Amino acid sequence: MSDKDTASINRNPAVDIALKTYVFLAYAFVFAPIAASFVFSFNSDRFPSIPLGHFSLEWYKAVATDPLVWEGLRNTLMVGVIVGVVATALGFGAAYTDFRYRFFGKQVYLALALLPPTIPVVILGLGMLAYLSRINLSGNALSVIIAHVVICAPFAMAIIRLRLSQMDPDLEAAAWNLGASEWAAMRHVIVPFAMPAILGALFITMAVSFDEFAIAWFVSGLNETLPVKVLGFLQGQVSPRINAIGTFVFVTSMTLVILAQVLLTGRGAKTRPASDE
Amino acid sequence: MKNDTLVSFEGVVKRFGEFVAVQRMDFEIAKGEFLAIMGSSGCGKTTTLRMLAGLEAPTEGVIRLSGKPINHLPTWSRDTPMVWQSLALFPFLNVRENVEFALKMRGVGKAERRRRAEQWLDRMQISEFAERDIAQLSGGQRQRVALARSLVVEPEILLLDEPLSALDAALKVRMQSVLKNLQRETGITFVYVTHSQSEAFSMADRVVIMSRGKIEQIGTPQEIYRAPRTRFVADFLGSSNIFTGKVTGADTSGVALDTPAGVLHLAAVDGSAKPRMGREATLTVLDTKTNLALEAPSGRVNAVRVRMIGEEFVGATATIYLETAQGQEIRVQKGHDELASLPLEIGKELVAWWPHEDGHLVTEG
Repeated sequence: MSDKDTASINRNPAVDIALKTYVFLAYAFVFAPIAASFVFSFNSDRFPSIPLGHFSLEWYKAVATDPLVWEGLRNTLMVGVIVGVVATALGFGAAYTDFRYRFFGKQVYLALALLPPTIPVVILGLGMLAYLSRINLSGNALSVIIAHVVICAPFAMAIIRLRLSQMDPDLEAAAWNLGASEWAAMRHVIVPFAMPAILGALFITMAVSFDEFAIAWFVSGLNETLPVKVLGFLQGQVSPRINAIGTFVFVTSMTLVILAQVLLTGRGAKTRPASDE
Repeated sequence: MKNDTLVSFEGVVKRFGEFVAVQRMDFEIAKGEFLAIMGSSGCGKTTTLRMLAGLEAPTEGVIRLSGKPINHLPTWSRDTPMVWQSLALFPFLNVRENVEFALKMRGVGKAERRRRAEQWLDRMQISEFAERDIAQLSGGQRQRVALARSLVVEPEILLLDEPLSALDAALKVRMQSVLKNLQRETGITFVYVTHSQSEAFSMADRVVIMSRGKIEQIGTPQEIYRAPRTRFVADFLGSSNIFTGKVTGADTSGVALDTPAGVLHLAAVDGSAKPRMGREATLTVLDTKTNLALEAPSGRVNAVRVRMIGEEFVGATATIYLETAQGQEIRVQKGHDELASLPLEIGKELVAWWPHEDGHLVTEG
């Protein structure tokens, strides 16, 4: 409370209002299309126009009864979960390497490890397609998993690396000094300490994979993920079903991101791991 | 090797690339002693401790624990627990789990683990906090958790790396007596690294003074205080006035030094410290043994003309700062009543004097 009081006497009310307006407008700009899609997904009219028709769940029903959507969702979820686990494991390994070791060329190692998300997705997608088809891995769910792990692992690494950088470097050595082998210290000290970030990375990478369209479009073949399916719908016809799927995907991704956020900030950082006995 | 030796360093050298952190080091630590290793930052004291803990491997030489070389024994296979400067308590475990950690790593069963942890929680008077998170403890309580966590395995030796540096002055003094009593009661050998002279001298049986990777002196606090072996030690302790000059006389009756402050005399020195004519030598005299007067008294005393430049009161004693004609600073530390008879004003001309036998000849460096 006192924080707020001291802050308020040192603030210009006009600037205050201007800044709040700015933040409001910025968010409105970002979220308006999503909100519109959300509203129209419950609208009975065939075309998105004002005034709205009446409230209706028909588009959701249409989506829910479409076997193609279910197949896409199944693919997306399976890919998302596997990608989350694999990318987080790889990201943890890379982050721990950075935390623990000093070696020649470490800057290069880090730059390379963080590089994939900066490559334009079209280039990455094409490259993946060319490469995976050459080794006969293209056109199935595995190829989507491989491609998504490549773009997701750097996110996991960045998140876990940040957490490890907050760790007292003496902690691991203290564990060794108290009789823990390197593996035991990993299991009883490093992993518990990094656990909020590990779970956060798991959810974020799932969300990234869940939403990712371009690369999946290149490499998925017949095992299309949901975002790829959506493109298929769009190409055929403009249908409010898109709004229904969009709303569903948005809510799912946001849930994952918010979970990650809760874990990575505030109380998450203090979570104690369940005792293993 | 003597029977009661627990640890010995034999020709131990530690280099990090070009940098020599520890130069050829030979010394022994006796069973059950409280040894302090003291020096300023970068002197190699922490590296020495880390080599003993197994966190660094010596570049050359052998470190023995109970007679067995331990150079290449990983730290988790040694019983050399350490109390860290940062304490390095596990923030995701509560107090009890922290204390049980080492036992768990050694495969001690749950019930036994709990019983032994309980003992140390009790002994360190932190039982009531057993279920608390580390973040909820005060600095002193954390200190006790760190000690309990290391001592729970009942080691022969405990290593402490400036564990009190984060505490405020009053708590520091209290923890010093906790540590000293703990060491005396358990009989566990303590190796205590610090940059603080008061910590080292108030707790340790023996003190090792290091500088630039080298041992400058090993001895009891009294020995080091009365008879610093090198110029560095005398400077480092900062409790003596130091004069350096050429030896102009050395015989059975004593030694004479020609210093910028005049010719100064020492009573006869024992054989080992025999100075040679014409060589540089250094004389030290404790600031508490240096007296002030308006005129030099007669007899076998050294007298140096000085001018007062400042004073400082610390409790029952006062430190008077003076300067010789050559600009060398001289300190005198006395009780207030001893100084009461003197006209102490800044700029006042006085004589600093001490009997010949109160001087000490520094033989090295």
